[in-house]
Amino acid sequence: MSVMPQTTLPSAAAASAGVTAPSARPRRVRRLSGRDRLVLGVMVGVPTLIQAVLVWIPTLLSVGLSFTKWNGLDLADIRPAGLSNYTYAVEEYPPFWPALAHNIIWLVFLALVATPIGLLLAVLLDQKIRGTRLYQSVFFTPVMLSMVMVGIIWQLIYARNEGLLNNLLGTAGTPGAVDWFGDSDVNLWAALVATTWRHAGYIMVLYLAGLKGIDPSLREAAALDGANGRQTFFRVILPAMRPINIVIVVITIIEGLRAFDIVYLINKGTNGLELLSVLVIQNLVGAGQVIGVGSALAVILLVISLGPIVYYLVRTFRRAD
Amino acid sequence: MASHNPTPFLESRLDRRTLLRGLGGGAAALAAAPLLAACSGGPAPSDPAVKATSVGSGLSDPVPRSAIQAMVDAFKAKSGATVKTNVMPRAQLVDNISSYLQSNPEDVITWFAGYKMRYYAAKGLLAPVDDVWAQIGGNFSEGLTKASEGEDGKKYFVPNYNYPWGFYYRKSVWQEHGYEIPGTFDAFRALCEQMKKDGLTPIAFADKDGWPAMGTFDYINMRTNGYQFHLDLCAHKESWDQQKVKDVFDNWKALLPYQDKAALGATWQEGARSMTSKKAGMYLIGAFIAQDVTDKEILADLDFFPFPAIAVEGTDAIEAPIDGFVLSKRAGSNKTAKDMLAFFGSGAGQDAYAAKDSSNLQTAKDANTASFSELNKKGAAAIADAKYISQFFDRDALPAMANNVMIPALQGFIKDGTIDTRAIEAQAKSLYAAE
Repeated sequence: MSVMPQTTLPSAAAASAGVTAPSARPRRVRRLSGRDRLVLGVMVGVPTLIQAVLVWIPTLLSVGLSFTKWNGLDLADIRPAGLSNYTYAVEEYPPFWPALAHNIIWLVFLALVATPIGLLLAVLLDQKIRGTRLYQSVFFTPVMLSMVMVGIIWQLIYARNEGLLNNLLGTAGTPGAVDWFGDSDVNLWAALVATTWRHAGYIMVLYLAGLKGIDPSLREAAALDGANGRQTFFRVILPAMRPINIVIVVITIIEGLRAFDIVYLINKGTNGLELLSVLVIQNLVGAGQVIGVGSALAVILLVISLGPIVYYLVRTFRRAD
Repeated sequence: MASHNPTPFLESRLDRRTLLRGLGGGAAALAAAPLLAACSGGPAPSDPAVKATSVGSGLSDPVPRSAIQAMVDAFKAKSGATVKTNVMPRAQLVDNISSYLQSNPEDVITWFAGYKMRYYAAKGLLAPVDDVWAQIGGNFSEGLTKASEGEDGKKYFVPNYNYPWGFYYRKSVWQEHGYEIPGTFDAFRALCEQMKKDGLTPIAFADKDGWPAMGTFDYINMRTNGYQFHLDLCAHKESWDQQKVKDVFDNWKALLPYQDKAALGATWQEGARSMTSKKAGMYLIGAFIAQDVTDKEILADLDFFPFPAIAVEGTDAIEAPIDGFVLSKRAGSNKTAKDMLAFFGSGAGQDAYAAKDSSNLQTAKDANTASFSELNKKGAAAIADAKYISQFFDRDALPAMANNVMIPALQGFIKDGTIDTRAIEAQAKSLYAAE
């Protein structure tokens, strides 16, 4: 549970409140002094205010702007546009559907390849092998690097003529050299490999922490009952790690939806690397600013993201009850 | 305000500070002390004693940055005015220009000619500078004068320098193979075919960043349909979904086999290197290619020729983006700012810039061209001979059109030679309607 601070905090607070006042609710409220109420009010109020100002109000404004046309200059220039921004995004904007498809590919790839690699690394490094600390550090290093560094490293590997990969393949400098970032048939996969390199280390550390928290007596009991290593893992350890598993599923989905930086570093997310997040940025910030369309794209991404978020919250709170 | 009386000095100073800040940015505050000693009575907004203005510059690379500073220093030395300079990264200025112009901009701002200037002028965010042009008008050719006008016919822009786009090549490679500069599209294609036979990539090409291919589009469109059609198309006064636009892409299709296949993974610098390293025969790019060529020998070996004629207007039109200055709305009554603009529009001002950054060409007629390289002289002559000057697609068109529509459309075309003009028109309709 210790890896889920957001979810454990409210329930822990509720539990400690319950200890001091086990039964009648009204009395518990009365027991709070004015000072307590002030402190609680500030503790709840300030984060709520920050949340409202930085998250909810901008979100609602974006939703509102997605139904308008605006050039971003004068508030008086805002004109209602109905659903036209949405029809534009879905029907007229060619990168939209490829972006959605790439997001799905991204998500599936993370779920089926990157996350399992991270799990595998965690399970392997959880064994008592020599130098496990060293391996952990090596696999975790990519997570600590800034995305700009990751971009530069993979540029060195993928570059068409000078890159490591084409030189190892012996195709560098020949017409057969694979243009890893420029060829729209392969660049998405090249970007996914680079992402996996980073994502797997992240998952590994999370899972490793969970594995360390498993009570060793569970393994012993399974061994006494005659379970082999595989059975122990799938029948005993994995179910016991349920909370971590949910966190990992949610993280994988979120990473799939918010994927942005690596494709933006490669070619600003064009030519086969379109993603919804990139389209939002292209339309909302900078030279290509079209506030209505950008907001509509942001709302579409928000609605898609709400699915896993709601699922996660519902599960968490149901368990807390 | 009794300013000769020492007691209300503090109060009056505060008042003036507020007023001055509104007038000429923070620099005015520095100028306030000497001013207070000298003046009496309430200062009018255009007090001749207040010689203070400011420059907002998006030229943040070391060379152009020092060049702008040299211009400012020259003006300071000439006029004795105080000038505060605010240098920001180019992307910061370009991407946030609307909020910048609406918030607290400097007086004089580095900017570009074209739709990108006319748009903000029409929105009332720039101050007209016709009185400046009354002084400097004789310094500029007709093309440059026209390029400085807003939609209302007033001038909003003072040119600083420009740089031509054309086919750059290495003289030694062409001499070795005996190539001749092609005047027509047929001759051009024959030349490409010959280069292919000789084992060269005929045309170096790079479009990873999306914008370089617009140069090719601009030229083929101007040569196929003429300058006015190109401008009207950029401003969406013409439809994209018509035969004339399809003709442009048909002509381009004839060139695709000769352009570097790896374009979509290469930056313009990589494209330049494939030409300078003699792998490619020529490269359609701007004069800024010289900035990337560090080897003096190769630089001396570079030459360029204009895009060959296709159907109309011969080679009358040239793509030569103009960089210069605009005046922010609230600086419209600052005489020092206008004096500075007039200086920037003179040969002396532009020479101060060119002394530091020689890859661009001064636009003023009385500028000193003695230090021009052969290549610069050729570029300047090509611009001077041109009847029409275009500004590059992302300056002539709505930025969102260039950025969100043309980049993916052109990259798709480069990939497989297909283009959906109906889809481009549909997007253009929505985007231009939003403005």
